[in-house]
Amino acid sequence: MILAIASGKGGTGKTTVSVNLARAFDSEIQLLDCDVEEPNDHLFLKGAPTGREIIGIPVPEVDEALCDGCGECGRFCEYHAIVSFGTTPLVFPEMCHGCGGCTMVCPVKAIRETAKPIGAVETRRAGNVTLVQGRLDIGAAMAPPLIHAVKARLRRDLPAILDAPPGTSCPVIATLRGADFVLLVTEPTPFGLHDLTLAVEMVRALGIPFGVVVNRVGLGDDRVHRYCGQRHIPILLEIPDDRRIAEACSRGGLIVEALPEYRGLFRNLVGKTMFRTNPKEA
Amino acid sequence: MKVAFTVSGGDLAAPLDSRFGRAPKFLVYDLDKETFEVVDNRQSLDAAQGAGIQSAETVARLGAKALVTGHCGPKAFRVLRAAGIGIHYAGEGTVAEALARYRAGELPEAAAPDVEGHWA
Repeated sequence: MILAIASGKGGTGKTTVSVNLARAFDSEIQLLDCDVEEPNDHLFLKGAPTGREIIGIPVPEVDEALCDGCGECGRFCEYHAIVSFGTTPLVFPEMCHGCGGCTMVCPVKAIRETAKPIGAVETRRAGNVTLVQGRLDIGAAMAPPLIHAVKARLRRDLPAILDAPPGTSCPVIATLRGADFVLLVTEPTPFGLHDLTLAVEMVRALGIPFGVVVNRVGLGDDRVHRYCGQRHIPILLEIPDDRRIAEACSRGGLIVEALPEYRGLFRNLVGKTMFRTNPKEA
Repeated sequence: MKVAFTVSGGDLAAPLDSRFGRAPKFLVYDLDKETFEVVDNRQSLDAAQGAGIQSAETVARLGAKALVTGHCGPKAFRVLRAAGIGIHYAGEGTVAEALARYRAGELPEAAAPDVEGHWA
């Protein structure tokens, strides 16, 4: 079972839901922090680091002795990472998506791929949780290859929670692909609703069953609830707008540990999502 | 010889557009024939990334050997130089004024990009 936690809007509580859900799970579970531009699950799940691996993407390197300046590489590249004017091509590694196309189309085999580091995959152990997180290098722009590297650590024999980046763009899609169920975390505000609708369109396009978590219930208005009701989208968890939750989070604490009265909410969510028997209701 | 100008309008009376990568159009003036053409740069304007590189490729394909614009970032600068295109910075004014200054040799060839990428 792979459960992904996503949201359109940032700051709605993806990490809060992810880490508390992982801790509320009473057996061995994997938590993959796929928000590689700012991984923060480790702030809440303290544990000993168990590994770190540098991840690179393949970028082209041109052998000037072999290149005849035909320009095929530049015509192929959608991202203008390699440009040729009848001379040895210019390479812009920071634009490269690592697809390998230029290497393949070069008629004289003048291009070979070298690895350009973009970040690291770090693992740590925190009680019942194996945390795997990606950490993108400062200045690196290409998150999806690192997210794929994080997901490559996924063990299929254990349940997993994927903490996605915010938004609806490539890094989120890279995270959600292959998930069995998606939880969309939102807040009952106009911004929360606006970005929730974008996220709903995204998961519908991906064809993954989903439900909604409404965080900070009590502030804002009831439009998120009405939206979900009209579209028959299940609201699987409501977290109250409780100052003590914010205080626990600000100290790097877990709700399920600092405020045991909420433990049942997350235990309940485990049951509704990780042990679903009918995944068709969304 | 052809000189490219970054513009948002469609004639010599139009003001020079200070952007290069995200310039709406290029006005390419042929100094030998005293004629010009205006080419849309919509493709680069809409590009998510790599607009400067793409615009530089466009200017090279149009056969220009000099470019008069407001600013130029590092990637576009590299591509323009590789294509043998001289870069000349001009401030505010119309294309006609910039062209006159270019002819008079008042716009020296730039030795370096003058802005970071994504400056605008």
